[in-house]
Amino acid sequence: MSFLQGIAASSGIAIAKAYRLVEPDLSFEKKTVNDTAEEIARFQLALSTSKGELEVIRDNANVQLGADKAAIFDAHLLVLSDPELISPIEDKIRSEQVNAEVALKETSDMFVTMFEQMDNEYMQERAADIRDVTKRVLAHLLNVKIVNPSMISEEAVIIAEDLTPSDTAQLNREFVKGFTTDIGGRTSHSAIMARSMEIPAVVGTKFSTRDIENGDIVIVDGIKGLVHINPTPEVIAEYENEARKYEEQKAEWAKLVNEKTVSADGHHVELAANIGTPKDLEGVVNNGGEAVGLYRTEFLYMGRDNLPTEEEQFESYKAVLEGMKGKPVVVRTLDIGGDKELPYLDLPKEMNPFLGFRAIRLCLEEQDMFRTQLRALLRASSYGNLKIMFPMIATLDEFRDAKAILLEEKEKLVSEGVKISDEIEIGIMVEIPSTAVMAEQFAKEVDFFSIGTNDLIQYTMAADRMNERVSYLYQPYNPAILRLVKMVIDASHKEGKWTGMCGEMAGDETAIPLLLGLGLDEFSMSATSILKARSLISKLNRTEMEALASQALQMNTAEEVVQAVKTATMA
Amino acid sequence: MVEKQFKVIADTGIHARPATLLVQAASKFDSDINLEYKGKKVNLKSIMGVMSLGVGQGADITISAAGADEQDALNALEETLKKEGLAE
Repeated sequence: MSFLQGIAASSGIAIAKAYRLVEPDLSFEKKTVNDTAEEIARFQLALSTSKGELEVIRDNANVQLGADKAAIFDAHLLVLSDPELISPIEDKIRSEQVNAEVALKETSDMFVTMFEQMDNEYMQERAADIRDVTKRVLAHLLNVKIVNPSMISEEAVIIAEDLTPSDTAQLNREFVKGFTTDIGGRTSHSAIMARSMEIPAVVGTKFSTRDIENGDIVIVDGIKGLVHINPTPEVIAEYENEARKYEEQKAEWAKLVNEKTVSADGHHVELAANIGTPKDLEGVVNNGGEAVGLYRTEFLYMGRDNLPTEEEQFESYKAVLEGMKGKPVVVRTLDIGGDKELPYLDLPKEMNPFLGFRAIRLCLEEQDMFRTQLRALLRASSYGNLKIMFPMIATLDEFRDAKAILLEEKEKLVSEGVKISDEIEIGIMVEIPSTAVMAEQFAKEVDFFSIGTNDLIQYTMAADRMNERVSYLYQPYNPAILRLVKMVIDASHKEGKWTGMCGEMAGDETAIPLLLGLGLDEFSMSATSILKARSLISKLNRTEMEALASQALQMNTAEEVVQAVKTATMA
Repeated sequence: MVEKQFKVIADTGIHARPATLLVQAASKFDSDINLEYKGKKVNLKSIMGVMSLGVGQGADITISAAGADEQDALNALEETLKKEGLAE
């Protein structure tokens, strides 16, 4: 047996057989064939087997993800029936006497190149579709097993280099017990997905795909960030025990569902949840969320060919507001552009997407799109307790412009006779250091702040959070970050406003004592972290944490801060 | 041979889902069926051909069919275009 150390991305313990979600080896050699009729028959067989598989995948997707998402597989099926693809391949086998692999690859590459060269991003993505389906046929020609995550039919731990959104969308949640990846960190897509699926995950193990074979017994320890490969019966028994204890602890936390979040010395803070779609509300309610602290509206815009209409958006916002039954719902307006792409907007590629044309910058330019969203939000406001938040604000002017547009749309709707709440708070995300530094000025004009730590940290440390090699600079506990957080909280309190936090840090066990001490009013996190955080806060004394936080602000390094938190909270 | 002109009204043009529907409809017939846009003609039974045209909103397109079931094919494609709100 052996083990790998990675980053604990999603809590819990999974013990199951490994399923490698890894690209198979599809290399082949060019051969001359004599019996071309037989070679064509071999190609036809690979083609029909592939179609059969795709039909199963489409039907699975239809049930699990809905007709919209399944439609892509209809298009894939048509590619495999496309006469403009099939005839040239067969002609090539016949006239050049080459093996089917060569004919397939050369012909499909021609189409891939053609689509890649089109100056439209949507078309360029079709190249990936063609590559994807021809890969399946090639695998059958070579008798190589191709991975079909949607066809997993027994309990499994997924082993992958990384998981893309489309990989995770295909995973059958009934059988996937956990996963482990070579790359990624706590904020990478795979980690966020694991937490929302409530399955244990360890990311950034570097060697999972190298060291783990299909069928190996794997333990994913999402608490300590360990992956055990083919463990001894003793280790398995130990972990079965651990898993039981974890379940017991979860049951203990579950008792706090209907409790308020109060520190040991009686101070109340609000524990809220981050959500992406109305479907996530169930998790918020089950985990006792006191609010939605971040509703990421970009999911409404993703995975489709056109902008969502005002009506579609209205229905989603209304569903969330009604579902929360009068509890606060902070909706973040569209945070897209840069790394989060919308193919149909046709935005140019950028050298520095995180520093580029995105979020509020894009919305202030593409005002039709922005106004549609604001109208939908305003119309939904009478169904609950809505708060609107603008992302990526860097200057007061941006906030004033965005707010002016909001008020214009409000006035228009009022004159149309639409009922709109008069209590809508308007706030901003604090992700950009300039805004944190200017918090006192902002606090006079905004109703609240919500600190987005993932971006605030990467912008403050000038370290791309997608880049493994600088991941050591992602330091939530660095006194520089804590000082910025303090500036924001203090500025809001001075004006009688409040500050929340909706980044990963808000749900982090080491950060919570510090944030409580710094006076944070609202903590917004993955729904599954809420009960654990509530339990932790109930054991902390806020006055003591204030002392701890003010010491931390004077420290030199993140390590010193972590050490101080450990010492203070263990006592 | 029969042919007919249409104007694309769908804001997505003929991409993705609409292209899939048209190709599926065309593939049910034996006739040779073509789609013409901006002087380029492609086989309407070829998803890649149709997508490569990049037909956008407001485009004028011509669909032609030649073969034993040409009129049925053209009628069926017209029905698909209108039912899905793709063209008029």
